[in-house]
Amino acid sequence: MPIILPVLWLAVLGSAMQVIYARHKARALFVQLERLNAERDALEMEWGRLQLEQSYWSSHAFVERVANAKLQMTLPQTRDVRIVRP
Amino acid sequence: MRSSSANSRSSNPRAPVKPRAGDSGAQSGSHRWRSAVMLGLVCLGAAGLAARAVELQLLEHGFLAKQGDDRSMRVVKIAAHRGAITDRSGEPLALSTPVDSVWVNPQELNDNIDQLPKLARALQEDPQVLARRITSNLDREFLYVVRHMPPDQAARIKALGIPGVNLSREYRRYYPAGEVTAHVVGFTTVDDQGQEGLEQGFDQLLNGEDGSKRVIQDLYGRYVENIESIRAPRPGRDLVTSIDLRIQYLAYRDLKAAMQEYQAQAGSVIVLDVDTGEVLAMVNQPSYNPNDREQRKFDLYRNRAATDIFEPGSSIKPFIMAAALASGQYRPDSVVDTSPGFIKVGTKVFEDENNLGVIDLATILAKSSNVGTAKVALSLKPEQIYKTLTGLGFGQVTGGGYPNESAGMLSNYTHWRPIGIATLSHGYGISVTPLQLAHAYATIGAGGIRRPISFERVTGPVPGEQVLDPKVAHELVELMEQVVAKGGTATRAAVVGYKVSGKTGTAFKSIAGGYSTDKIMAVFAGLVPASHPRIATVVVIDEPSRDVQQGGTLAQGGTVAAPVFSSVMSGALRLMDVPPDDLQNVPAATLVQANAQ
Repeated sequence: MPIILPVLWLAVLGSAMQVIYARHKARALFVQLERLNAERDALEMEWGRLQLEQSYWSSHAFVERVANAKLQMTLPQTRDVRIVRP
Repeated sequence: MRSSSANSRSSNPRAPVKPRAGDSGAQSGSHRWRSAVMLGLVCLGAAGLAARAVELQLLEHGFLAKQGDDRSMRVVKIAAHRGAITDRSGEPLALSTPVDSVWVNPQELNDNIDQLPKLARALQEDPQVLARRITSNLDREFLYVVRHMPPDQAARIKALGIPGVNLSREYRRYYPAGEVTAHVVGFTTVDDQGQEGLEQGFDQLLNGEDGSKRVIQDLYGRYVENIESIRAPRPGRDLVTSIDLRIQYLAYRDLKAAMQEYQAQAGSVIVLDVDTGEVLAMVNQPSYNPNDREQRKFDLYRNRAATDIFEPGSSIKPFIMAAALASGQYRPDSVVDTSPGFIKVGTKVFEDENNLGVIDLATILAKSSNVGTAKVALSLKPEQIYKTLTGLGFGQVTGGGYPNESAGMLSNYTHWRPIGIATLSHGYGISVTPLQLAHAYATIGAGGIRRPISFERVTGPVPGEQVLDPKVAHELVELMEQVVAKGGTATRAAVVGYKVSGKTGTAFKSIAGGYSTDKIMAVFAGLVPASHPRIATVVVIDEPSRDVQQGGTLAQGGTVAAPVFSSVMSGALRLMDVPPDDLQNVPAATLVQANAQ
């Protein structure tokens, strides 16, 4: 009987510490989660922006304009095309 | 208090110290009485506290906890990411990027009304307008002030720290291809729900499921802590469409050029893959920029190719020939006497431009003879014509999952009279959508197998329904080659190196009180390469002006629509790596023999 009381008392103290620790850890992990979420959002935003940018630069209208105006490229006339017979 | 004063009096040092006899006994009796009262009072107080504790903790706990939570806990929506729409090779056609919407709690903001000018300045809005919006919504706790702000800009507004001003994460839709794919892709509402086009038709697939989480909020509405995730958001799935953006762009560019050249009202081009029923391109003019919400006008965003019906005119004639061949009464080389160049049916006279005399079926199509087609149609059982037309999909929706698609109009053959049949045989009294017409040509090109139209990319062979004898379908494709050949009505539809099979249509538009004499629909529908069709294409141009190049004659399917067909197809055939099947008609100088040894 005299031994069980301090043991229980210690157990209570120990579990209380555990609760504090678990709570602290949950908060720390949550902070990390929020940070990672924010990072993901930022990356997602940049990815979306890059995709839009890429689709602008590679849009057919743009490529055609550059090819015609800047590089003086034209579609070959029918008489300039050679068809290779197999 | 009283007891303590009594105590202090009894222990007063200045009190007389001389004890009286019997005094001590009386004193100890009064002590006992007083302590009993004290104990009783303390017990009563303790019992009262305990009872209150029981009442609060046990009896009213639920109510109180809820009240407490209501003041600090919030359930917050987590917006789900809507799936992207891409073309068949993965080029994005519609993308969602995260944005923030600024919302306020009008009651809370009203308590800090002095902060309002600061907010208005940050939002670049008129302070008075904003104030009026706040004060007229005081009964609400939620009011959007700005939707869809770039996140960095929204973060600056949040950083002002004005009570009652909050952000919520949403997604905004961007359409990288803009005008080129506007009609087929459609767009969403500001709340990310599909409103038009494939965005609407495939909303279920694209739409994610919003999640929610519980948070603790402080006095100023800042989220202090996430308590739990109630439901994780489920992102929407991506839609890989059958559209080939390269062909789509060619069709868009060439249609737009033709529209400008002929000052037309509207136009559509549809390109179908014959083997799979996939829609490779679908464009309409006039178009709009789906990224600019202001620019959207209702009559601009109708997808004419799928929703508008028109009388197809002569482009229906090949299907009358299909019925003729299927009936067994005609063979490809059968001849019909069309002299004297007109035919009277009932009260109406149908005529050709010239007297064509005795001609075969191919020539009827090549010259688009009204008399010949009418004679053929009248010699057939009405049921045969009806069966062929419905088999090819007229009068029914194509089933590609496109919203608001029209089924066109085809009356039942039991109501047909000779004059109706003659009219029908050159494409009046029947209404079709450009998509239906393309579907019917694709069915012919696929050897009479009708495959469902698909807006999603398809892999592997697609099963279909045999609606026309394969032999009839092949004969028909051959007959239609004459249309594009020398002497036909659509020589301008020719594509160098390829055999083209198709049919023009020039239909006068029906107006109030009859048919217009100068407003037409110019149509060309065709299949390439004719020896083994891979692509079925329909070009429709609505109300082209008179053809200036042809000396002001009335524009026709062969002059307006056929050139668009030719230029789109020469690009599409190259992009799809379809080998040329018509090297005989290619100038010899352009041919090079491989492996000359």
